[in-house]
Amino acid sequence: MSNSPNTNPAQAPSPGFEQDPFASAFPETREFWSAAEAGRLMLNTCEDCLRPHWYPRMVCPLCGSTRLRWQQATGKGTLYAFSTARRATPAYTLAYVQLAEGPTLLTNVVEADPDTLAIGMPVQVTFRRAEEGRMMPFFKPDSST
Amino acid sequence: MSLSASACIVGAYEHPTRLAPDKSVAQLHAECALGALQDAGLSLADVDGYFCAGDAPGLSPLYMADYMGLKLKWYDGTESGGCSYLAHIEHAAAAIAAGHCSVALITLAGKPRSSGQATGTAFRAPPVDRPEAAWETAFKWTIGGIYGMMMQRHMYEYGTTLEQIAWVKVAASQHAQHNPNALLRKPVTVDEVMASPVISDPIRRLDCCVITDGGGALVLARPEIARSLKRPIVKVIGCGQTMNTTQGGYLDLTRTGAQVSGAAAFAEAGVTPADIDYASVYDNFTIMVIAQLEDLGFCAKGEGGRFVADGNLISGVGKLPWNTDGGGLCNNHPMNRGGITKAIEAVRQLRGEAHPAVQVKDCRLALAAGPGLVLGPGHAHATVILERE
Repeated sequence: MSNSPNTNPAQAPSPGFEQDPFASAFPETREFWSAAEAGRLMLNTCEDCLRPHWYPRMVCPLCGSTRLRWQQATGKGTLYAFSTARRATPAYTLAYVQLAEGPTLLTNVVEADPDTLAIGMPVQVTFRRAEEGRMMPFFKPDSST
Repeated sequence: MSLSASACIVGAYEHPTRLAPDKSVAQLHAECALGALQDAGLSLADVDGYFCAGDAPGLSPLYMADYMGLKLKWYDGTESGGCSYLAHIEHAAAAIAAGHCSVALITLAGKPRSSGQATGTAFRAPPVDRPEAAWETAFKWTIGGIYGMMMQRHMYEYGTTLEQIAWVKVAASQHAQHNPNALLRKPVTVDEVMASPVISDPIRRLDCCVITDGGGALVLARPEIARSLKRPIVKVIGCGQTMNTTQGGYLDLTRTGAQVSGAAAFAEAGVTPADIDYASVYDNFTIMVIAQLEDLGFCAKGEGGRFVADGNLISGVGKLPWNTDGGGLCNNHPMNRGGITKAIEAVRQLRGEAHPAVQVKDCRLALAAGPGLVLGPGHAHATVILERE
């Protein structure tokens, strides 16, 4: 997120990911970062083997196809594993979440007491802005279940 | 092409230092090289193949080769983290078998302890252009956090207990008490391991390996050269390596690359886990020993906790003498890379040069195996099987 003043009030500020060095290093994944600004989690899905993969890239790591399309994920998943860094200040919980669509991704669990978490519990995506500017998919306990 | 007996390990040296603030990394590499060559009865002038990894200053073998004045016909800078040096054994044996070189030197050195590095608990951002970086850096993953998840998942899937896992550290500490160079020489109990402070759930401090300065080196040579030297003959009879990726998001956090590297090494050597007299298995964390012993075939998947319990890894007590130098958990983990010390202790055992208190009687077949990089985001794994003639 840029801290520089907006010199042209008529122009909408550009989304945070435009200045993000990590997102900028992968121009081919712009659609992911753009959707993330709107709170939508996109998965790169293969039109040949029909499976989504994580993280997004230009070749399907499951079958080698380059026929890929963006598909919006439900944002729902289950906790595959988690570990709370007790020595960190503040403590935070690293996790792998298996998405309902299949792939497992590295994330943090937020908005939860670590002592209430369990492998297999339902979680849902909640986007938070990384310090460099892009929106990232964090996860919290699924309030709908 | 089978590597079977195409090359021998003729020199092995583990630097005795564990804290070296007054030496450069380059000097430590060179001291290790000279130590291994002296052990073999060779000199720098005999070396025509050189192997090193990312810890060597300059990101290429060139700079250390220049420092030591090596005249090379073959070199290899394969970087696969802590198992690089086990992979280098396979690469060196293959190069010797193909006639590319006759005497191959492998070195490792570094100074994470004197530089105050928090290896397992600090997040270290990768370069922005690394393919997974954009997707994972925001979550501040640490090595302790990743292996904490692995330990939790193993306990969840297989019923492995903290008490069983603690036995790995107990075995390492029982061995380390006999090693005057070990960083941690005091034997510990299961209760002490379980009562040590939580680093990243459920990993305790005593589940983690040490952080040390230092290094090690190995020398491989053609069998004819090995026979002309005055050392016991240690043949490289089987090798395997792999990279275990996230597989597009379909990862299994309890399985290591040892499933692939171990199977390849055993097949090439024509032996089975039951034939192994001594095993060095890289112990970055206690749980990784359990998972690798399963994946190497020393027990069934999920049985590792029961396998290591009750002292089964303690030399003279259990069925599988393991890491008799005290391993990375107690002895040494130079530059956060435990591959080379695994091979060095295996060579000591095969030569009958381990400490008498931990020496395996009539040790003929030894295995050295280990991971590199980090399991979740993707790791490397290498296994070598060595035989005393």
